[in-house]
Amino acid sequence: MYNENIFHYLRTNKLPHIWCPGCAHGIITASILRGIDKLKLDKNKTSVISGIGCSGRTPGYLDMNTLHTTHGRSLTFATGIKFANPKLTVIDVMGDGDALAIGGNHFIHACRRNIDITAIIFNNNIYGMTGGQYSPTTPVNAYASTAPYGNVEPPFDIVKLATGAGATFVARGDAFHVALMDKIIEQAISHKGFSVVEIMATCPTQFGRRNKMKEPYQMLDFVANMAVSIKKWNEISEEEKEGKFPVGVFVDETRSEYCESYEENILKKVQRGEK
Amino acid sequence: MTKIELLSGNDAVVKAAITAGCKFYGGYPITPSSEIAEGMAKELPQVNGKFIQMEDEIAGIGASIGASLTGAKAMTATSGPGFSLKQEHIGYAIMGEIPLVIVNVMRGGPSTGMPTYPAQSDVMQARWGTHGDHELIVLTPCSVQEIFKLTIEAFNLSEKYRVPVILLTDEIIAHMREKVEIEARSEYKIIDRAKPTVEPENYNPFDTKHGMVPPLAPYGEGYRFHITGLTHDHTGFPTSNPDLVEKLQERLRDKILDNKKYFNWYEERMVDDADIVVVAYGATARSAMRAIKDARLNNIKAGLYRPITMWPFGYENIKKIAKTAKMILVVEMNLGQVKGEVERAVAGTKCKVKFLGKANGELITPAEIGTKIMEVMNV
Ligand code: SF4
Repeated sequence: MYNENIFHYLRTNKLPHIWCPGCAHGIITASILRGIDKLKLDKNKTSVISGIGCSGRTPGYLDMNTLHTTHGRSLTFATGIKFANPKLTVIDVMGDGDALAIGGNHFIHACRRNIDITAIIFNNNIYGMTGGQYSPTTPVNAYASTAPYGNVEPPFDIVKLATGAGATFVARGDAFHVALMDKIIEQAISHKGFSVVEIMATCPTQFGRRNKMKEPYQMLDFVANMAVSIKKWNEISEEEKEGKFPVGVFVDETRSEYCESYEENILKKVQRGEK
Repeated sequence: MTKIELLSGNDAVVKAAITAGCKFYGGYPITPSSEIAEGMAKELPQVNGKFIQMEDEIAGIGASIGASLTGAKAMTATSGPGFSLKQEHIGYAIMGEIPLVIVNVMRGGPSTGMPTYPAQSDVMQARWGTHGDHELIVLTPCSVQEIFKLTIEAFNLSEKYRVPVILLTDEIIAHMREKVEIEARSEYKIIDRAKPTVEPENYNPFDTKHGMVPPLAPYGEGYRFHITGLTHDHTGFPTSNPDLVEKLQERLRDKILDNKKYFNWYEERMVDDADIVVVAYGATARSAMRAIKDARLNNIKAGLYRPITMWPFGYENIKKIAKTAKMILVVEMNLGQVKGEVERAVAGTKCKVKFLGKANGELITPAEIGTKIMEVMNV
């Protein structure tokens, strides 16, 4: 997967990054850059936005129009950027707590609106930066700093949530199966409309340590084992599905995109002098 | 040519925003500000602008900040409880130095309070609602005509100083209809933010080489840069180096305070010989104007000081008044917000500060102010 072509998209003077050794965030960031490179995106016309948390630091390393916003609210800024200048390619990088807890409202409405933004959720099942508190995707019974007896809250299924809310491209990958991740991220960026990509990520420092997976390879193993291809998913029993997630593309459909709708149904109408 | 229109305060905000060059509105409906959103939804497409009703107040201001970063003049409007929700992103716009206009049509609080009744209870929220040390600009108009004027100024100041500017109106002047004189757009001074003159590779979004307010490049025009809500250095990247953080904090303060003389706006009526000066703003100032005239008929030398720029506060203007007046009477539709600032301003002088305040949803009438003037003057 080593690819020198992505180096020019990096602000190399900002490296090394702040992520812990063994963290998946670097793996996902490289995958995003390979997607950008494959699509030959102009970095002057690409905007990468993030919220707060370990994933929030991603844009800082990318030599583009970058914005590190507030916790959970990155999609609101992204919406303003895309809507005000639809010529920009807008990618929004979020964490699981970021996108689904504090940012849950913004997330479902961005899905519904179908604005042409690619939302990539680095799902490491935990609040990493604040010290390992349980998040809306922490599995039941997993340990977290605020779940010292094990988590009792059921997690969100991001794919189902995004699908139900109306996103027109929904996919899930994991940090281990990099070829698949590359493919779906590239597809997501080129999709016209709101795309959601969940990447099952690893956080050896905060999740792994508390859940008997303190070595990075153990955590990668963990996400690799959770991932089941959609085809296989449809063949296995309910019992076998326990604790696992299907990976691949779940939704890829065309529906009128928000900025285009506004242009066609409002701006052009007004220009023509219609009511 | 001057056009004369009958407009409500909220309508005037819309007209003036379009005149100022506003091209983006992100907001959420809330009484008594909703007519601004409705007006912008109608008017923005006429100038090829964008209107979006977001999922909540936080999203409304977030989208507006995002739009501003692409170079569009952006605005949002709200009222008390919605203003509380927007505070997080007001802080972000201050830290990122992103131009933005926020209109807060004040209503009674706390909490849901009195949605359809007037109040002036957000003077302190406008100043200190967002966390951290910061400066910003807050304007308090008292008529529909002045709303029109100050909305344009709000955009100008926000573009010029790269700072969120708050237009603080109240339910009375927002819904009241008055005659407004509107000139052709070319008659108004319209300020657009400075764009960088350096080559993209030498651009830093917080570089103060050429002044305290660095030029802001729009996203998408070849200047690739980074903005964060974290403390940052001149390049825009995070730093916690105490010296650099101190420099940033001081500049964010000084770029407003050192330029205060350019927007230290206020109105004085019959202050020179006054024994008692009423301090009032917004709708309340209208009652106060009448009250001081009536007082003069009763041989009481009364005057009026009306802050137009509420923040930064005009301490020195009040201090000057305190040198000649015996007494200052602060009148406001709250339980004493500007009063405290006036007390700070007159500290060390012989001038006494009296107060008339109400937070029950009722306008303070000229008669009430008149009675209070008589009472405190012992006549
Ligand atoms: S705390 Fe976890 S998510 Fe954050 S950088 Fe470390 S390993 Fe990665």
